[in-house]
Amino acid sequence: MSLGTFLIMRHELLLIAAALLVLIAEIFCNPDQRKYISLFSIILFGAITIAGFLPSTAGVLFGGMYVSTGTTLLMKNILNIGVLIVFIQSVTWLNKEENSQKISEYFILLISTLVGMNFMISAGHFLMFYIGIELATIPIAALAAFERYKNKSAEAGIKLILSSALSSGILLYGLSLIYGTTGTLYFSEVATLFRNSNLQILGFIFFFAGMAFKISIVPFHLWTADVYEGSPVNITSYLSVISKGAAVFILMIILFTVFPVIIATWQKTIYVTAILTMTIGNLFAIRQQNLKRFLAFSSISQAGYILLGFIGGNQLGMASVIYYILVYIFSNLGAFGVVIAISNATGKENMDDYNGLYLTNPKLSLIMMLALFSLAGIPPVAGFFGKFFLFTAAAQKGFYLLVLIAVLNTIISLYYYLLVVKAMFINKSETPIEKFNSDFPTRFAMGICVAGIVVTGFASVIFEVIRNLSFGA
Amino acid sequence: MDILTLFVVIPVLTITGILFLKDTRQVRLVAVFGMGLQLIMAAVLVFLYLSARHAGNSDEMLFVKDYLWFKSLNIHYAIGVDGISVAMISLTSLVVFAGIFASWEVEFLTKEFFISLILLATGVFGFFISIDLFTMFLFYELAVIPMYLLIGIWGSGPKEYSAMKLTLMLMGGSALLLVGMLGIYFNSAPGGGQLSFNILEISKVSIPITAQRIFFPLTFIGFGVLGALFPFHTWSPDGHASAPTAVSMLHAGVLMKLGGYGAFRVAIFLMPAAAKELSWIFIILTSISVVYGAFGAIAQKDLKYINAYSSVSHCGLVLFAVLMMNQTAMNGAIIQMISHGLMTALFFALIGMLYGRTHTRMINEMGGLMKVIPFLSVCYVIAGLASLGLPGLSGFVAEMTIFVGAFQHPELFYRIVTILAVSSIVITAVYILRVVAILLLGPTTNEHFEHLTDAKWFEKISVVTLIGSVAAIGLAPFWLSTMIGTSLQPIVAKIIALNPF
Repeated sequence: MSLGTFLIMRHELLLIAAALLVLIAEIFCNPDQRKYISLFSIILFGAITIAGFLPSTAGVLFGGMYVSTGTTLLMKNILNIGVLIVFIQSVTWLNKEENSQKISEYFILLISTLVGMNFMISAGHFLMFYIGIELATIPIAALAAFERYKNKSAEAGIKLILSSALSSGILLYGLSLIYGTTGTLYFSEVATLFRNSNLQILGFIFFFAGMAFKISIVPFHLWTADVYEGSPVNITSYLSVISKGAAVFILMIILFTVFPVIIATWQKTIYVTAILTMTIGNLFAIRQQNLKRFLAFSSISQAGYILLGFIGGNQLGMASVIYYILVYIFSNLGAFGVVIAISNATGKENMDDYNGLYLTNPKLSLIMMLALFSLAGIPPVAGFFGKFFLFTAAAQKGFYLLVLIAVLNTIISLYYYLLVVKAMFINKSETPIEKFNSDFPTRFAMGICVAGIVVTGFASVIFEVIRNLSFGA
Repeated sequence: MDILTLFVVIPVLTITGILFLKDTRQVRLVAVFGMGLQLIMAAVLVFLYLSARHAGNSDEMLFVKDYLWFKSLNIHYAIGVDGISVAMISLTSLVVFAGIFASWEVEFLTKEFFISLILLATGVFGFFISIDLFTMFLFYELAVIPMYLLIGIWGSGPKEYSAMKLTLMLMGGSALLLVGMLGIYFNSAPGGGQLSFNILEISKVSIPITAQRIFFPLTFIGFGVLGALFPFHTWSPDGHASAPTAVSMLHAGVLMKLGGYGAFRVAIFLMPAAAKELSWIFIILTSISVVYGAFGAIAQKDLKYINAYSSVSHCGLVLFAVLMMNQTAMNGAIIQMISHGLMTALFFALIGMLYGRTHTRMINEMGGLMKVIPFLSVCYVIAGLASLGLPGLSGFVAEMTIFVGAFQHPELFYRIVTILAVSSIVITAVYILRVVAILLLGPTTNEHFEHLTDAKWFEKISVVTLIGSVAAIGLAPFWLSTMIGTSLQPIVAKIIALNPF
């Protein structure tokens, strides 16, 4: 193996180097200089994000364990963009007194989860996939418990690690059944050896259930709301966007490449879980008062819409899912950005606290509205295009009834998104959140999100590029 | 840049301009300037259109421009107009123009109000110029969503409830529409080949009848919700009653026409076979709309509710006529859209002005206003007379044409429903005349009313613009109906060729 072939793993190598550099920087910092670690990490990561877009060769490493294609590179780049926004959004929070000792830990842990996700996406073998998924999960549990002096945060950490362990167990059981019946764990070989035997279907179901935990698909969503509420907001936004996005990507790749033989089976599974996920996520979101819980349930229902892109097993479906994740990164991080800014400035996280926000903080309210409309799929923002393509992909394979259920669900979701808009624009409050100015990183991150929300939809070239890199029947 | 795109660009520029202003007066001036320009553009468009037709250009759509947008799905930004869309665009610019003057005295968050209002107008203009289903749908939703803020923030009464109900019901309609649209798209090339969202291209192929049976009802109901099709009309009274004046004007005057126009241009034009087959169901529903709306108006005491129910009745008549699927009735449907748009906008403007003075909208609390504020009262009478179909005003032309067309059907069913629908004219006369009698004539019941002032200059501009147009259509209807008729001919010819009756 020469250096050239080794560079196929460029994304992962760069990330590992970055994590190490942050660690070394931490050693040489005295306490006063610690706050520069954020700046250093963000610049480093920004460079990595840009480097990700440099032309790269596709290829296979380690005898097929690691596969890099145009599609995986695209997925990694999209995740990089999201993580960069999360990093920038975290600066204000990390600068707080109580976090000043842990700045570098935050970055190192997040970068290592990202390394795990990248390996997971590039996996060509179930073992590599499993290692990736574990590497992506365990550091997150530490991060969820980042504010360990708070009971809720510690609780979130332990809940996340326990439910992940359970889901990994289920996943492994499924994989062992698949290994037992096919004798191999290579994706390409499993794909050819997979028959429609009952044992294999059972293995697939366990595998799917394990993944459903990660994506928080109903009925495997129960951990989501508590963990999202307890974790620090920045980690919540990371969990709801990046972790979910990565799991969606790899599940899609595996369904499309490893299990095309049993497409009829997984279409039924997805049909049912998609309906359940959308509906239950939406119905529970209506009742939430805490905005973090609110966004948690909204993100559950978003996963339901994303499943609509899977169901056809078609190229348009894969393109629409990748595109939707990109749009979802901007929209959800935009919404979280506002929640983070307000939480940092006032510590308030409830919907009632947002009453009359427009009169005191018009810009924040507008950004929030834009982000929520994008999540709801209202034109002219990007979410509309994203949802439209997802629905088109499902309709292409004739799932009109499912599409109808999904669009009716978007009406329910519109209801609760409008509740927030109503709080900000229509409700009156005697004690509104006072006018405050956010610092530069917060505003910069919001700027990226707003630009993303507005531009991604109209710029058709983005969708076309994604579509050309997608595959499917 | 082509002339049609300007209809979207001008409002967007106006919004951008308003965004950077602080002073209320400047905001109003920029809004008036922008929408005045839009009105002039509409006049220019009518002129260009007529001269192009006069010069012998017999294309189905004129000023067609087509830009590829999403290549892989064959989504285009495609625009073009025929006589019908030109008429609708003129209507929209008139009502928006009048609406700006009617909301001259909005004090609270003035800037945001005008931005939302013009954003709504942008959606409507975009809808009428689109000939690509995707852009059409995009503009349709763009027009609906500002309503939530407009009613929720600047409305009155149970505004939050009404705003939410209206938004969710209309979005529910658009949900059905989305599925219908996807169904049309994936069946737009039954013989294989490139799928298309372009209305003109789809109209050249015939969508398989099995698909039509599924997607025609979805599309028709989807648009029907906006056109106040019974039983999906319930958003309309609440929404109109709670909305601020200009929003009621725009909504009843223009936005509800999106429903009729879409039902005609998309549902019936693209899927005529299923339309023919299933029209009886919808004819029954629209007949109920027509009669029930009229009766509903009788029962109301709040002026805005009366007018909202009357809108249900009149817009029901539009869908009713469209479903008759012959040249005369359809012609009437389009004229009715224009006529009702102007007339109802006039009504809502006047109600807003009366409310601003008397601080009540209940008819039994008012009386004898003719003596105190003659200008507004006379205008109200004119609006009322137009609404009940007095010859010489636009309402007569429209309803006459519709009923003549509808009665042409030889089958008994069509004749019976027509007779039922005609009865609405009588009921309309009852509630209009009752309102006029109580409200304007008779003794002045409230001392406070004796010191009311008559219309201010900006109110006069708003009202006169609308009355002028109503009278113009009433006195010279052929000018309008020729413009519509020539554009209708190919459409009707296609429908009739498919199902001769």
